[in-house]
Amino acid sequence: MSAAPIDLPRWADAGLVPLVSVAAALVVAGLVVIGIGESPLEATTLLLRGALGSAEGVSFTLYYTTNFIFTGLAVAVAFHAGLFNIGGEGQATIAGIFVALACLWLAPLPGILLVPLAILAAAAGGALYGFIPGWLQATRGSHVVITTIMFNFIAATLSVYLLVEVIGKPGSMQAETPEFARHAILTPMHELLAPLGLKLPATPLNSAFLLALAALVAVWALIYRSRLGYAIRTVGANPRAAAYAGISPARIIMVAMAISGALAGGLAVNEVMGVQHRLLLDFTAGYGFVGIAVALMGRGHPVGVGLAALLFGVLYQGGAELSFDKPSITRDMVVVIGGVIILFAGALDGLFRRLVAGLLRPGRPS
Amino acid sequence: MTKPPPSAVNPAAAIELISISKRFGPVQANKDVSLKVAAGSIHGIVGENGAGKSTLMSILYGFYEADSGEIRVSGTARKIRSPGEAIAAGIGMVHQHFMLVETLSVVENVVLGAEGGAWLKGGLAKARAELARLSQEYGLVIDPDAIVGDLSVGLQQRVEILKALYRGADILILDEPTAVLTPPEADQLFCLLRALKAQGKTVILITHKLREIMDVTDRVSVMRRGEMVAHVKTAETSPAALAEAMVGRRVLLRVEKAPRQPGPAVLEIAGLSYVDERGCETLKDASLTLHAGEIVGIAGVAGNGQSELLEVLAGLIQPSRGVIRLNGQILDATERNPARLRKLGLMHIPEDRQKAGLVTAFSAAENAILGYHGDPAFGPGPFLSPAAIEAHARAAFTAYDVRPPDPALKTAKFSGGNQQKIVLAREIERAPKVLLVGQPTRGVDIGAIEFIHRRLIALRDAGVAILLVSVELEEVMALSDRILAMCGGQITGERAAETADERDLGLLMAGVTERAA
Repeated sequence: MSAAPIDLPRWADAGLVPLVSVAAALVVAGLVVIGIGESPLEATTLLLRGALGSAEGVSFTLYYTTNFIFTGLAVAVAFHAGLFNIGGEGQATIAGIFVALACLWLAPLPGILLVPLAILAAAAGGALYGFIPGWLQATRGSHVVITTIMFNFIAATLSVYLLVEVIGKPGSMQAETPEFARHAILTPMHELLAPLGLKLPATPLNSAFLLALAALVAVWALIYRSRLGYAIRTVGANPRAAAYAGISPARIIMVAMAISGALAGGLAVNEVMGVQHRLLLDFTAGYGFVGIAVALMGRGHPVGVGLAALLFGVLYQGGAELSFDKPSITRDMVVVIGGVIILFAGALDGLFRRLVAGLLRPGRPS
Repeated sequence: MTKPPPSAVNPAAAIELISISKRFGPVQANKDVSLKVAAGSIHGIVGENGAGKSTLMSILYGFYEADSGEIRVSGTARKIRSPGEAIAAGIGMVHQHFMLVETLSVVENVVLGAEGGAWLKGGLAKARAELARLSQEYGLVIDPDAIVGDLSVGLQQRVEILKALYRGADILILDEPTAVLTPPEADQLFCLLRALKAQGKTVILITHKLREIMDVTDRVSVMRRGEMVAHVKTAETSPAALAEAMVGRRVLLRVEKAPRQPGPAVLEIAGLSYVDERGCETLKDASLTLHAGEIVGIAGVAGNGQSELLEVLAGLIQPSRGVIRLNGQILDATERNPARLRKLGLMHIPEDRQKAGLVTAFSAAENAILGYHGDPAFGPGPFLSPAAIEAHARAAFTAYDVRPPDPALKTAKFSGGNQQKIVLAREIERAPKVLLVGQPTRGVDIGAIEFIHRRLIALRDAGVAILLVSVELEEVMALSDRILAMCGGQITGERAAETADERDLGLLMAGVTERAA
């Protein structure tokens, strides 16, 4: 028997439960830090200072946050339709191929046309690659959890083939495309803000961050303010009621997976167009998977996804600084801490919901 | 199993509940409920849907823990925190929805959870012997190797009872056992209950059908709004007195209505059949004509094709054969979908409002536009306007007396009756030409039942053609102008409401047709 859903007030559901999860994860992570003979307090200070203590640190944090916003939103949109899209990696990979081809082939176009077209290409590539598992589930009943994870491998292998055999830079030892033309890339944030008199150090943070913020607003409007979002949520919450209401669950599944894939394509926009300026292997670097934790922690709401993405941005950047300052705390340690948070915020979410519900219930005889 | 029958040694009541209270959020499901069930008797508990009967029995069976109060079994106080502890205390329960594995055999189902060790063989052999003994003792004839899914509903219920007896139950709780039975099957069940009583077992029968109470019980307790309002000897009461106690006031068992003024035929179906995914023809060659300004009721035991008939007409499933005409036009395959049919004026109040008619996780306002979310009135272009949706819901909830009239409240928090009113308001206010209504008052409190019945009659008088499906024969008889009985997916007969009588309809519902007779 499945556990009865636990009813919590909205503030507790959206705020308290994730906070308790993160706090518990930090306690466990702290214990691990103690275990290797370091001070958790000092480690936390270093982590936070590394992530938020300087303009450079904040810029890096927001660069990571950009990736997490896109992949988190991708998972969140699919969630609302009752689908578990764990193919963000693959969808971003295909989006990367599309965006690279657009940037290379359409180079003769002026930047004002090329950049939007390349972004659309990324969205289209991700959408197509999300749509296929959606279509398979809608028409053949193949479960998206299975198909999307298998599609990740197909995409990775396809990108190896293309980079090695077809679109790779001739004569290079690296599996990568030639660098894009200067007008085909996204403006780095320090250049973007320079005319406003803001001096930022050169970092990977680029205008894709603004696109990510726009995506947060757009997804909020889609899910909570549009007819399509209403249909998506209906299918996710009760497919039978959706059919009764004349909404085709099959159609919505395909549409939601396509939107989800398009959002995952944002990862390619940030990494390929904004940072690397060329397509290289494995640029998705697991962001697609972390997006699942971001969406879970953000409870599928764009505000929550934004905050969770920021948290993971802080962890990534602060963790990198921490392992730099404290050689005993390796990069792997930081991955462990991130993993513990994912575990607590995602898998053990129900545990804390029950706990919080118990604490909130007044006058309960013990 | 070596326990002596409680009635012989211990004069204490088999079950005694003392001041049981249970609250679910704002709802007080049981309030200071006390109940004494004499050993070796059949004790009825009646009450409207939502009166708290099922909650009380769930507490007794360990599904819920009471907030306060005490449970005594055969005179000793016991804490029952799980069904396992209830079974250990000698309490068995037969649920309204059977807890059986349909692909397993009878004997396998009986031992399920009590296999007695890692190897099945010994447990099965023991169970087989025990089953043979039980069958003989109570006249419960059943093939131990039959696959449960192949058995009729009545026999499946028997398996449930055997399961409880096999686990050594002295006290048997039956929750609405006749809801799924035909009248003859129900009679067989009552024979069995009397046999159990004769062997010293105690039976608690939960129902809202007064006739059954009068037939079979020794004593009866009446619940109303979470409280126990009466304990009486069955021999000293009457259905009318029980009904009054259940409802708290005099009940109009008949609905007042003017003679029908039938208009032109609006919905005609001919030779309609439906084959489900398993290949069973669950709707066979159904034909009927529905006129404007009349209510046609479908009487039948649950699962005899009524649901399929409604769903085919609503466009949710596609017929394998047959023709549907709406306003004289044959509906082709592209038109047989809910969205299109709504536009053509065919609205549908589904049988299972929580699973099909509502998204309980949504706010009430969001549910009030389900199926009509494409209406331009609710927002510009592709967007929905929360203000417009809320204003619409507020107006509808006032008109249909939805309580609380709070559009922002989550739908799951409304009572069954108010959820139904949300559905009703949504479908009726769109001025339907044809209204398909499934189980309009299932799980609905009495006040809301009267409201819903009056609304349906008013719609009929306004010229709407209504097809009513209900497993409550009384409801079908009270509301309908014409009654069709269904059995095994077929329409087995038609009666005018004025001349229909229950016995006659019961025969039709059991498949005894004029042609066969």
